[in-house]
Amino acid sequence: MTDQSTTPQDGELPQPVVRHRRVGVSLIWLVPILAAVVGISLMVHAWMQAGPVITISFKTAEGLTANKTPVTYKSVVIGKVRKIRLSRDHSHVEVRVDLDKSAENFATAGTRFWVVRPRIGLGGVSGIGTLLSGAYIGVDVGDSKKPQHEFKGLEFPPSVTHDVSGRSFVLHSSDLGSLDVGSPVYYRRIQVGQVASYRLDKDGQGVSIQIFVDSPYDRFVSVSSRFWNASGVDVSLGANGLKLDTQSLATVLAGGVAFQSPQGPHDSSPAKEDASFRLFGDEATAMAPPDGPPHYIRMRFDQSLRGLTVGAPVEFLGVDFGKVVSIRMDYDEKTQRFPLIVGAVVYPQRLGRANEKLVALAKARGDNADLSHMVGMLVAHGLRAQARTGNLLTGQLYIALDFLPNAAKVNYNPDVRPLEIPTAPGSFDKLQEQLAEIVTKIQKVPFDSIGQHLNSTLADLDKTLKQVNGQVLPQVNDTLKGAQHTLGSANNMLAGDSPLQQNLGATLDELRRMARSLRVLSDYLGVHPDALIRGRRADPKLMQPAPAATSNASQGSKP
Amino acid sequence: MSALPRASELGLISCHVCGLVCRDAACEGMVCPRCGTSLHRRKTASFARTWALLIAAFILYIPANVLPIMRTASLGDVDDNTIISGVMELWAKGSPDLAVIVFTASILVPLTKFLVLSTLLISAKRRSQWARPQRARLYRLVEFVGYWSMLDVFVVALMTALVQFGFFSLVAPLPGVIYFGLTVVLTMLASMSFDPRLIWDDKGDDD
Repeated sequence: MTDQSTTPQDGELPQPVVRHRRVGVSLIWLVPILAAVVGISLMVHAWMQAGPVITISFKTAEGLTANKTPVTYKSVVIGKVRKIRLSRDHSHVEVRVDLDKSAENFATAGTRFWVVRPRIGLGGVSGIGTLLSGAYIGVDVGDSKKPQHEFKGLEFPPSVTHDVSGRSFVLHSSDLGSLDVGSPVYYRRIQVGQVASYRLDKDGQGVSIQIFVDSPYDRFVSVSSRFWNASGVDVSLGANGLKLDTQSLATVLAGGVAFQSPQGPHDSSPAKEDASFRLFGDEATAMAPPDGPPHYIRMRFDQSLRGLTVGAPVEFLGVDFGKVVSIRMDYDEKTQRFPLIVGAVVYPQRLGRANEKLVALAKARGDNADLSHMVGMLVAHGLRAQARTGNLLTGQLYIALDFLPNAAKVNYNPDVRPLEIPTAPGSFDKLQEQLAEIVTKIQKVPFDSIGQHLNSTLADLDKTLKQVNGQVLPQVNDTLKGAQHTLGSANNMLAGDSPLQQNLGATLDELRRMARSLRVLSDYLGVHPDALIRGRRADPKLMQPAPAATSNASQGSKP
Repeated sequence: MSALPRASELGLISCHVCGLVCRDAACEGMVCPRCGTSLHRRKTASFARTWALLIAAFILYIPANVLPIMRTASLGDVDDNTIISGVMELWAKGSPDLAVIVFTASILVPLTKFLVLSTLLISAKRRSQWARPQRARLYRLVEFVGYWSMLDVFVVALMTALVQFGFFSLVAPLPGVIYFGLTVVLTMLASMSFDPRLIWDDKGDDD
C-alpha cells in the first residue's frame, strides 16, 4: 500500500484505503440542541424570577427613571421600575414596578412605597446617598397577607417602619403646635421615639397625634405617664433665679414631645398599645394633678377691670382654680352703669380633698353634688370674687375667690345657669377709696392761714436777726479782743524768761537754804539740847560747825 | 453545464491534509494512503453542520441581545446596557460614528452572516446555478468578516480591564457578552463548516 502511494504512476492513481467505520447520527445537532436548552433555560429562569408586577402612583416622577430606578428594602434591590406614565387625568404618575420573585410578599396590602430622595429638614438631612446614586423607591412591608397590586406611594418616607419594634400611642391636643411627622419624643431628654402621624379629629375640635416609642423605651410609658409639648424655650423667672428650659435645640426648631411619670406614687403599669393620652402645653401643667371636668362660672363686676385679661388666673384661697375665658361689657339700664361680665372656667378637682369632702357633704345633705349648690353654701359664708392686683408693676389683675368676713348679703340662686358668683370690690378699689379719704383729709388742712402765720413769724425773725447783726455782734467782737489781750499778757507773765519767774526761782533757792540751816540747827539741838541754855559750845578742831554759821550768815546776807 | 471536468467526474479524490490525489473508491470510510486522513469528496455533513451551528448561533443571538452585556457605573450611577441600548446611548450622547461602528459590528454583521449563510445553504442545497461567482465571493466575505465581529466582546474586555476606578468609574461584563461571543464563534464555525464547492455542484451530484 505504501509503495503504491509513494510511487504513483500516470493513470495509476493510488487507491485509498477503505476502513469501515461505524458512522452514527451526526453529533453536530447537539450544538443547536444545547443552545436551545440554554436559551430555554434562560427564558424559564427569567419567567421563574419574574415576581409580581405592581403599579405605584406618585405625585411626581422626579428622580425616577424607567428600567433603572431600583426598589430596595433594607438596601437590597427587590425590583426595578419598568415604566413610568402619566395617569389619565394627569394628576399623578403611575410607576410600573417589576418585583423579584423573592419579593412576592411585598405585593400585599399594607406595604408602603416612597421615593428616597435627598431631603433637608429641620430634623436633619436624609437620603444623602441618593445624590450620587439617584433616587430609589423604599419599601416598608406590612403584616397583611392579602395580595395587592395597586399602591399609592407616600410623598414622605414614613418615620416609623414596620420592622422597628416598639409601641405607638395616641396623644390628643387642641392644636398641633410645631409638631410634625418625625418630631422627636423625649424621655428624660433622651430621644426614644417620634411622631408617626397626626390628623384632625373628626369633629374638628382637636388633633390626634400618633407617636411611636421605640423598644425598649416603650415600657416607660405607663398608664399615668404625662405627655407635654417640649417645643420652644421655656423661660421662667422665679425665686431661684432665671431658668431657661428646653429639651434640645432641635426641638426649639422642629418641636417635640416629652413624657414622664408624675412624681410620687402612681400607677406604673405599662400602657397598652395605642393608649390615649392628653398632650399638655408644658411640663408644669402636665405634671399638675389632673384637672377633672371644667365648670363655667360667671362674675359681674361693677368697677373697671383694667389689667384683667383673658387667661388671667382664678384663685381660690390662693390655689390656682381656673382661668378667665371671657370679659364682656353689659349695660344696666336701672343704674345707668356698665358692669363687666367675666366668664371663667374653673376646675373643682384642683382643690383636691376639699372638693371631695364638699361633694360628700353635699351628698349627705341630700343636695345634688353640683358645683352651684356647693358654692351656694360657701357664698352664704362670705365667698366673694374679687379682682385683685397680681403684679404691682404691670397692674395685672387676677380673680380671687375669697371669704370676706363682712361681706354684704347677696341673693344667690343656685339654679341660674351659668353659675354666677357674687363679687366684692377688689382690694385695689379699697385702696383707691382710702386714698381718696386721705386726699380729702389733706384738703381740710388750712394751708392758707398756716402760710400767713408762717410768713409773719419769718418777718419777725428777720427783724431780730438784723438787730443781732447790727448791735450785738460788734460788742461781742470787742469783748473778744479784750479777752485776747488779757490772755496775751498772762502768757507773757508765765513765760520762762520773765522777771516774775526768775524772782520766784531765787526765792525758792533761798527757802531751800533756810530749810537746810534749820535741819542743821535741829540736828545740833538734838545732840546738844543744852545749847539752848548754855549756848553753843566751841567747835572741835576738826568738826567746824560751819553749816550753821554759814546758814545763818547766808540767811542774813541773802535777802 | 460547466465545460471543465470535476474531480468526481474524473473519479478522483484528494486528501485535504497532504494533498495526495487518489482514485475515488466511491465507498464509505476512505482513508488517505499516505497520511491516513479520512478522505471526503466534500466537507463531511457540511449542510447539517452548517445548519446546526447556524441555528445554535441564532438561538444564542437572542439572549446576547436581550441580556445586558456591560455595566458601567460612574459616581454611583449604575447603568446596564444591552447592545441596542448601548448603540442608542452612544448615538444620543453625541458619538454617532462610534454608534454606527458598534451597530455594524454587533447587529449588522451577525445578521448578515445568518442571512448569507442561510441563502448559501438553501441555494447550494437546491443546486441553484444562479449567480454562482457572486455567491462564492459572498462566502469569502463572510469568512473574512467573521474574525472581526467580536468587536463588542473586545470592547467589553478592554473596558473592564482599563476602567476600574472603584466608586468613580467601573465597567463590568454581564452575561450577555458571553452569549454574544458564543454567537460569533458559532457563526464562524458555521461558515467554516460550509463547503464552498457545494455552490458549484450540479444536480445529480452527490456530496
